[in-house]
Amino acid sequence: MAATTLSQPAARPRTRRRLKRYTKLDRAALTLMGGVPLLLSLAFVWLPALATVALSFFNWTGIGGFSDMKAAGLENYRIIFTIYPEFPPAIEHNLLWLVVFFVIPAPFGLFLAHQLNKRLRGSRIYQSILFLPVVLSLALVGFMTELVFSPTQGLVNNLTGHAGQNNLIDWLGDPSLNIWAVLIMACWRQTGYVMILFLAGLKSVDPSLQEAASLDGANEWQSFRHVVWPALRPINIVVVVVTVIESLRAFDIVYIINQGTNGLELLSTLITANIIGETSRIGFGSALATILLVISLVFVLPYVYTTFRKDTRS
Amino acid sequence: MTAATVTGSPTTADAAASAPGRRRRLRPARAFLHAFLIATCVVWIAPVLYALYTSLRPYADTAKDGYVSVGGHYNLGNFANAWNEADLPLYFKNSAIITIPALLITLWLASMAAFVVARHSFKFNLLMLMIFTAGNLLPQQAIITPLYKLYITIPLPSWLSDSGHLDDSFFGLILIHVAFQTGFCVFVLSNFMRTVPTEITEAARVDGASEWRQYWQVVLPLCRPALAALATLEFTWIYNDFFWATVLMQTGSNRPITAALNNLTGQFFTDNNLIAAASMIVAIPTLVVFFALQKQFVSGLTLGANKG
Repeated sequence: MAATTLSQPAARPRTRRRLKRYTKLDRAALTLMGGVPLLLSLAFVWLPALATVALSFFNWTGIGGFSDMKAAGLENYRIIFTIYPEFPPAIEHNLLWLVVFFVIPAPFGLFLAHQLNKRLRGSRIYQSILFLPVVLSLALVGFMTELVFSPTQGLVNNLTGHAGQNNLIDWLGDPSLNIWAVLIMACWRQTGYVMILFLAGLKSVDPSLQEAASLDGANEWQSFRHVVWPALRPINIVVVVVTVIESLRAFDIVYIINQGTNGLELLSTLITANIIGETSRIGFGSALATILLVISLVFVLPYVYTTFRKDTRS
Repeated sequence: MTAATVTGSPTTADAAASAPGRRRRLRPARAFLHAFLIATCVVWIAPVLYALYTSLRPYADTAKDGYVSVGGHYNLGNFANAWNEADLPLYFKNSAIITIPALLITLWLASMAAFVVARHSFKFNLLMLMIFTAGNLLPQQAIITPLYKLYITIPLPSWLSDSGHLDDSFFGLILIHVAFQTGFCVFVLSNFMRTVPTEITEAARVDGASEWRQYWQVVLPLCRPALAALATLEFTWIYNDFFWATVLMQTGSNRPITAALNNLTGQFFTDNNLIAAASMIVAIPTLVVFFALQKQFVSGLTLGANKG
């Protein structure tokens, strides 16, 4: 469990001696230094997370205090999976988001990172431009989506001559089209993010290995496949986690456009609608949130567990 | 392309520099790669340039000539309108009230927790790190429902909150940013602090420095590069927050600018030219990060990723 860099046998006796040397004041200081941040995280992140699961088994408008809560068993879930009309499209869109993020920004970001990692003239300029959308907020990307895809005033329709009344393409209003317009802009931002992560990973790959491979007659694909790719394993895991989390968190862009309705439903917007809408349904919203929570924990917990287990072994 | 990697090595680059004729010779594969990257970059920057271009043109001109056209007037009228009509200075002030304290408190708390976890070998260190890191990775929407209930239940003195509760107050927004972002910062800073040699704090300890002094005067100053990187990254994230502010701050005039812009569209911003100008104004702080602090931003991201 010793997280310091000392080797195990040496660490034991030293740690014990050191522990004895903590004064009362030291112990109090360390407790506060670790305790306050931990308490904040537990109270405002983990407690709500657990409460989400608990509340999902109740019916509660949230107005009349705790006495108003009624046990509902699995009723909320039954409604969600059987008769709640917004749920199937929301799950579909979240899945679509996830698949698109895996199919486009992830490989394209890797491709760009690999190209920019070669000693290329102007590499920094390319990098900066591709990176630009990453500093913009997702809400702003939502506004950019409106600017680019707005039917009469947007860039795309004006460029392709579809801005006129007779052949208008309603990118944001047509429920079968708008998710794609949103996804294009989401990918625009995500690609730069993934690229930066991969670039950092590639910097740690020893370039002499690649040179050795090419001297041995490996072509570009072979040297990438057998030298670079295996070395990227740790960064790949990070990219997978980032991709999953970002697609589950997707909210801002669609909320800016139409609050996540009419073809842009997402789990996150349904949850929000159920608590800040006129009819606040705490239990029902929590059941939706629990589904989101469980999906994300399936990815987060193994990631965190393996990361820190590996950490202690080193 | 195999040869290209070899040509890139420093020795040949030096040789090329001394022979200008060779320098200009570009392999077809390289030329193709450059063409591809230039094309990609043009597509990438197009939305931003389009927004900037549109924001500089009066609505009347774009209505007459169309949005993809040249000519007419170019001026800052849209910027002036957005700035004055929609009260943007007020919302910038709100953003500052939220972002600056949240950023400072997050870094301070995270660096203390990281000090405990990285410089000592307590049994619960690993569990603490997991709690912090996993907490930061949860989707906000997964915890918002109970959090919202919690916020409207916890009372605050009226000088801290108009509503009398955590809900709808600057304090509440700062608090959730701190609680949520501390996780990521603890993760990054503890990795960084672990690279500080133990001898340094060992020596301070021998000289009688308390744990607090070891943290404040020895370890923390050594973490300056990591703190700068994290500050840049966290500033951008907190400033860019849309969700917490939308749900936890009901009073429209108290919202930070990223969330406020949404309310203003339709109310004050009637055409895309105005929206484009407002978007550009809102993007200014993050564009400063992009132009001036890109290195810190990127190293903040990669400090977190590399160890993972």
